[in-house]
Amino acid sequence: MIGQVLQLARRSVIRTIRQPANWITPLIFPLALMAVNTGGLHAATSLPGFPTDSFLAFFIAFPFIQGALFATVNAGVDLARDIQTGFLNRLALTPMQSPALLIGHLGGVIVMGFVQAAWYLAVALVIGVRLESGVAGALVLFLLAVLIVLAFGSFGALAALRTGSTEAVHSLFPVFFVFLFISSMNLPRNLIETDWFRTAASLNPVSYLIEAIRSLVITGWNWEALGLGFSIAIVMSIVGLTLSSLALRTRMART
Amino acid sequence: METAIEVRGLVREFKGGIRAVAGIDLDVASGEIYGFLGPNGAGKSTTVHMLTTLLPPTAGSARVGGYDIVREGPAVRRTIGAALQEAALDPLLTGREHLKLQLSLHGIRRDARETRTKELLERVGLRNAADRKIGGYSGGMKRRLDLALALAHRPRILFLDEPTTGLDPQSRSALWDEVVRLKRDEGVTVFLTTQYLEEADVLADRVGIIDHGRIVAEGTTTALKAEIGRPTVEALPAEDTDAAELEAALAPFGELQPSTKGVAVRLDGHGDLADVVRALDSGSIHVADLHLHAPTLDDVFLAKTGRSLEGSEEPE
Repeated sequence: MIGQVLQLARRSVIRTIRQPANWITPLIFPLALMAVNTGGLHAATSLPGFPTDSFLAFFIAFPFIQGALFATVNAGVDLARDIQTGFLNRLALTPMQSPALLIGHLGGVIVMGFVQAAWYLAVALVIGVRLESGVAGALVLFLLAVLIVLAFGSFGALAALRTGSTEAVHSLFPVFFVFLFISSMNLPRNLIETDWFRTAASLNPVSYLIEAIRSLVITGWNWEALGLGFSIAIVMSIVGLTLSSLALRTRMART
Repeated sequence: METAIEVRGLVREFKGGIRAVAGIDLDVASGEIYGFLGPNGAGKSTTVHMLTTLLPPTAGSARVGGYDIVREGPAVRRTIGAALQEAALDPLLTGREHLKLQLSLHGIRRDARETRTKELLERVGLRNAADRKIGGYSGGMKRRLDLALALAHRPRILFLDEPTTGLDPQSRSALWDEVVRLKRDEGVTVFLTTQYLEEADVLADRVGIIDHGRIVAEGTTTALKAEIGRPTVEALPAEDTDAAELEAALAPFGELQPSTKGVAVRLDGHGDLADVVRALDSGSIHVADLHLHAPTLDDVFLAKTGRSLEGSEEPE
């Protein structure tokens, strides 16, 4: 099965490379949005209790999450397209084991997530962001970023497998985006003054993913933030993968 | 002779109680080309999906290559190759990449993959286009690659679901040649669905005609036509000839048939073409053209279902 997974992951990566919009957008757009937000919200650093004097360092977690959203939606769309075109049937006619399809597909997503994480981190270091957790923190950051891509990717795959529709997967993007914006993306939760927003951000798992990444950059080793971030990413991955596996079983009704 | 495909009472119902396949029985001998003929929506593709393990049957049973399609799906998949109705290819991959992926999923070793890929590209005439993305392939090239993919792991049984639909005559002829070669040189059993009468006539050793999910006729094309047995004479009246007069002259020879051009009669044994000519001559009835049509598979379909296969379209 390993060979099958590697071949399918390879195909997923090749597909991504040959669709420049699928990798240029996640590499550029989140950083562009970060630049805009940083310019506009820099004054937030003067708020009492703001955890750092660099808004850039505070905000660097954003591209990691937004990039994961892009990778997820693109991957989900690719899988849905395979269903629509009948390519999934072609694969189903081979002795390929069903889990290999899902793992191989998500393997490609993870490779993309890894490349994105490396790019965001490199840009952050070049523009002067200092990683308080050091080199070990960078490795943990990579691990967390990849785990987040896997978690989101599994939900992208789930949407593709359940609906078999590229349009339906595309429609996920704004939903994920809402989660991203109603989070502690722009301000620490304790500094959000609007009650409902603070409550929503506290209930939103994306806040904890952002805070885990952020802690490695601006705090160093915040075990609580890391524990929450990793736990949420792992739980999301398990739930997403389980549901996707069930959806795959239904979708590939082969005997 | 060994049976390659054995089907008994196969049924497939979809939501809403729609019976796409309503209990079919058929046997395909090893090394045979079996033509599965029917209009769109007759149940051809649903049958192929069941026999290739992509769709579980609602009832009935089938064995392909000796393996039960429900209980031994993986074994069936190792035995068969299939080119389904839509040549489902990835527009972003090249022909060579498709073949390598297919071969690796079939567990072919890396060194053997290289050799087999070259061999298949050569066979389907895609050597020069091997490293081009599929997005730039013509319909014929896609079909040829589709066939190469189906043959990648040297299957004993090949399912071709409307393989020539949409192809130009040259590509269609090339694909027919390859199917014949596979049977002749490699003894591959071919289950071929088609809505083209000519294709079934040219390729198939035996034909099964399916309509509304049921097999309405089965046998060799010669036997099926002989069963109908009666040729049709079609006369195109000359300008000054009354069609009613022509009908009256032809009616004694058999049953009048619908004809878009003139008057047609299916001969029932009360005379042959020569007798028809004599009757027209003695009645001084002038005709612009006179044809004798030997029975076709369409006549067989018409006789069995009351409808013509050509132009009979229902969404599947």
